[in-house]
Amino acid sequence: MYVAVMIVLVAVGTVVFHFMSPWWWTPIASNWGYIDDTIIITFWITGVVFVAVLLFMAYCVLRFRYKEGRRSEYEPENKKLEWWLTIITGLGVAGMLIPGLFVWNQFVTVPPGAAEIEVVGTQWQWSFRYPGKDGVIGTSNVRLISGDNPFGLNPDDPNGRDDVLVEGGDLHLPLGGPVKILLRSIDVLHNFTVPQFRAKMDMVPGMITYFWLTPTRTGTFDILCFELCGTGHYTMRASVVVEEKNAFDAWLGEQETFAQTMARAGSDPGRKASLVLNETGNVAAKDRQAQ
Amino acid sequence: MVDAVQDQDDFVPPAEVAEMELYHPKSWLTKYVFSQDAKVIAIQYSFTAIAIGLVALVLSWMMRLQLGFPETFSFIEAEDYYQFITMHGMIMVIYLLTALFLGGFGNYLIPLMVGARDMVFPYVNMLSYWIYLAAVLVLLASFFVPGGPTGAGWTLYPPQAILPGTPGSEGGIVLMLVSLALFIVGFTMGGLNYVVTVLQARTRGMTLMRLPLTIWGIFMATVLALLAFPALFVGAVMMTFDSLLGTSFFMPAISQFGEQLKYGGGSPILFQHLFWFFGHPEVYIVALPAFGIVSDLISVHARRHIFGYRLMVWAIVIIGALSFIVWAHHMYVSGMNPYFGFFFATTTLIIAIPTAIKVYNWVLTLWRGNIQLTVPMLFAIGFIVTFVNGGITGLFLGNVVVDVPLSDTMFVVAHFHMVMGVAPIMVVFGAIYHWFPKMTGRLMNVPMGQFHFWVTFVGAYAIFLPLHYLGFLGVPRRYYAMLDTGFIPESAQDLNAFVTVVVLIVGAAQMLFLYNIAVSMIKGKKSGPNPWRATSLEWQTPQTPPGHGNFGPTLPVVYRWAYAYGLPDATEDYVPQNLAPDQLMSDYDNSGLSHSAAQAAE
Repeated sequence: MYVAVMIVLVAVGTVVFHFMSPWWWTPIASNWGYIDDTIIITFWITGVVFVAVLLFMAYCVLRFRYKEGRRSEYEPENKKLEWWLTIITGLGVAGMLIPGLFVWNQFVTVPPGAAEIEVVGTQWQWSFRYPGKDGVIGTSNVRLISGDNPFGLNPDDPNGRDDVLVEGGDLHLPLGGPVKILLRSIDVLHNFTVPQFRAKMDMVPGMITYFWLTPTRTGTFDILCFELCGTGHYTMRASVVVEEKNAFDAWLGEQETFAQTMARAGSDPGRKASLVLNETGNVAAKDRQAQ
Repeated sequence: MVDAVQDQDDFVPPAEVAEMELYHPKSWLTKYVFSQDAKVIAIQYSFTAIAIGLVALVLSWMMRLQLGFPETFSFIEAEDYYQFITMHGMIMVIYLLTALFLGGFGNYLIPLMVGARDMVFPYVNMLSYWIYLAAVLVLLASFFVPGGPTGAGWTLYPPQAILPGTPGSEGGIVLMLVSLALFIVGFTMGGLNYVVTVLQARTRGMTLMRLPLTIWGIFMATVLALLAFPALFVGAVMMTFDSLLGTSFFMPAISQFGEQLKYGGGSPILFQHLFWFFGHPEVYIVALPAFGIVSDLISVHARRHIFGYRLMVWAIVIIGALSFIVWAHHMYVSGMNPYFGFFFATTTLIIAIPTAIKVYNWVLTLWRGNIQLTVPMLFAIGFIVTFVNGGITGLFLGNVVVDVPLSDTMFVVAHFHMVMGVAPIMVVFGAIYHWFPKMTGRLMNVPMGQFHFWVTFVGAYAIFLPLHYLGFLGVPRRYYAMLDTGFIPESAQDLNAFVTVVVLIVGAAQMLFLYNIAVSMIKGKKSGPNPWRATSLEWQTPQTPPGHGNFGPTLPVVYRWAYAYGLPDATEDYVPQNLAPDQLMSDYDNSGLSHSAAQAAE
């Protein structure tokens, strides 16, 4: 008796906890509400199965409790029942998978004309790069990284000279427009996550990864690293400020470009870069890393 | 369909090969230490696995202390925390669960349940254990080297795993990789034995479709392990080279802490593919034996045949096969080509279908059964509840777009602990309570077992259910401290404190379990050869615990499947596999073997 009661309590308790829990997702701040919808669909389908299986099991435990001298029913197979269960399960799975793949297709299809912004991860700090007036992000290479050129930008690439660099500060995004976030790491794996955006992607040294989103409400949100990146992993944070277009433009205008950074450092970026290349002796590094 | 199974009664093929010579120990040392008897090797495996598992249990307490009460325990630094989570994860998955299910239960049960005298290659089987022990010792040694064990997370992702900035990058990581390589060598020796023994050494009449599901689960898991572990082996060897020799298999050009490193051209994602090509089948290497064993626990203690036996076998085989084409669902946000997501989400969700069928059939076995709520049955019920819970959260994470917000959050931690931590460990406990009488001739104490079950089951559920919701909130996994954020309410910390308290209670309950084992071994009630009135061959041995060679002078002959419970026309509510058909209607006792021996002699 008490076993059946406990099974029912677990089923009911789980449902009650689900609806009463104060811990639930944060209010969304991007266009990925579709993802939340898919989660809700999944919750309904799986929740019904969970409760049904548990309640049926509780019924069995209660109803078919051991009685001396009674025999269990001998019916090794029931093809009809097994087929029905298989088909219903298949339908349930399809009910989750189809909307899921539909949304995934949107997730991997960056809308044309999305603004590009680069996020750079290092142990244990975030940096950001905007394309500047030409709208094009300049090429970069890990081998070009030095004290004066922390982003490893290619000084010979004219597209990079007007790039706006924000090292160790906050990320600003304009409200309402699609943004393709290019992700680059120069040391180990990181992961760019803003819980309110719902989207995330690893940053992998040696390659450039991306995802896209449209910020849908203004505010300041936490950026956290979601891929273990060493002892300081949990301290790797920054903020993202989503603001109206004019506020964003004003902020962007105050930031330094790559050319300004280099001029301030008082060095000839071209000479410095070739020195680094010679020191590391890596010929392949001279190849431009394509964006 | 009833007929399909019943028809095979009577059928016993002629013996095709002569029995093998058994190795007989000549001294105390070769009998109890360097033993070639699978039962002794099983117990050696089990004790070693449980011992190292206790280390992992203590590590989990330490990490929960930090999460529940941050800034309270000054001896837990960030480095320590990352070392604790890494070692906890690796030990639990590989050195405890894999070793216990295959090395422990596999060794003990395969020869007994298929009706063999021992494994086919006893000497190699012995080597398997000693190499496993060496792997465990190398792993433990990493706690004592400068820099300590690796803190790269149990997934050991490069480049971080072998670079400064990660604990244990000095030496711990190399010892970890060497230990894994040793484990795989040892496992391969054992694994070949399990597979060949099941295929080659079954007794007369034990057709594949008469095998108990325990054996099907262990057999298929071993096949998976033999195919999957080599990927990890290759990964471990290459990463060792990257670490010690400066090769760049997994290392691209890197600038770290203002310094250009001499790596270039390698791919961190390649390691992830190798790791998860092993890592996902590994989930089923743990789960399939649990599936198999729990099927038998449910059937025996519900006094009913397993429902839909053939479908259960096929589900095991299909799940095993599919498990090789779903690995990249661990990598949806790894930066691999995003179009892989379509394929891997589809294959992953398809696996849910055979898995769900197994769940239905377990519950349908209870239906119209005659359920004895013994301690093994309680754990089997606990398994179904936690497995269904953990299985459905897998449908969240497997569905690529749903994984995006949940990946690397506490939701993942809660999911995999529920589905491949709690659920299989429920089966381990149930199996120990179930087979303890066969291994010792004594029953385990029941009130203590019931108390152990309720504390473990309710506690584990209370630990992991709420953690899912922290994941929804966006609480990341592998955070030493949450510090200040704008989105995590204060109450999340209260929840963490609650979870930590429950973890300590559940952990303490496991000490009671160990105490129960120790006491019952000496003072437990005598069980007789077949206390559960079960049908499978291990319960029909002439001696309990079974002697060297398992069965008496002649091997048992098998006439039917292992699930002849509740046969309408039999005297008892169970019919042993080796009971001759002409004995079916007459009285029989627990020593069914004597009948079949007589039958064989005729």
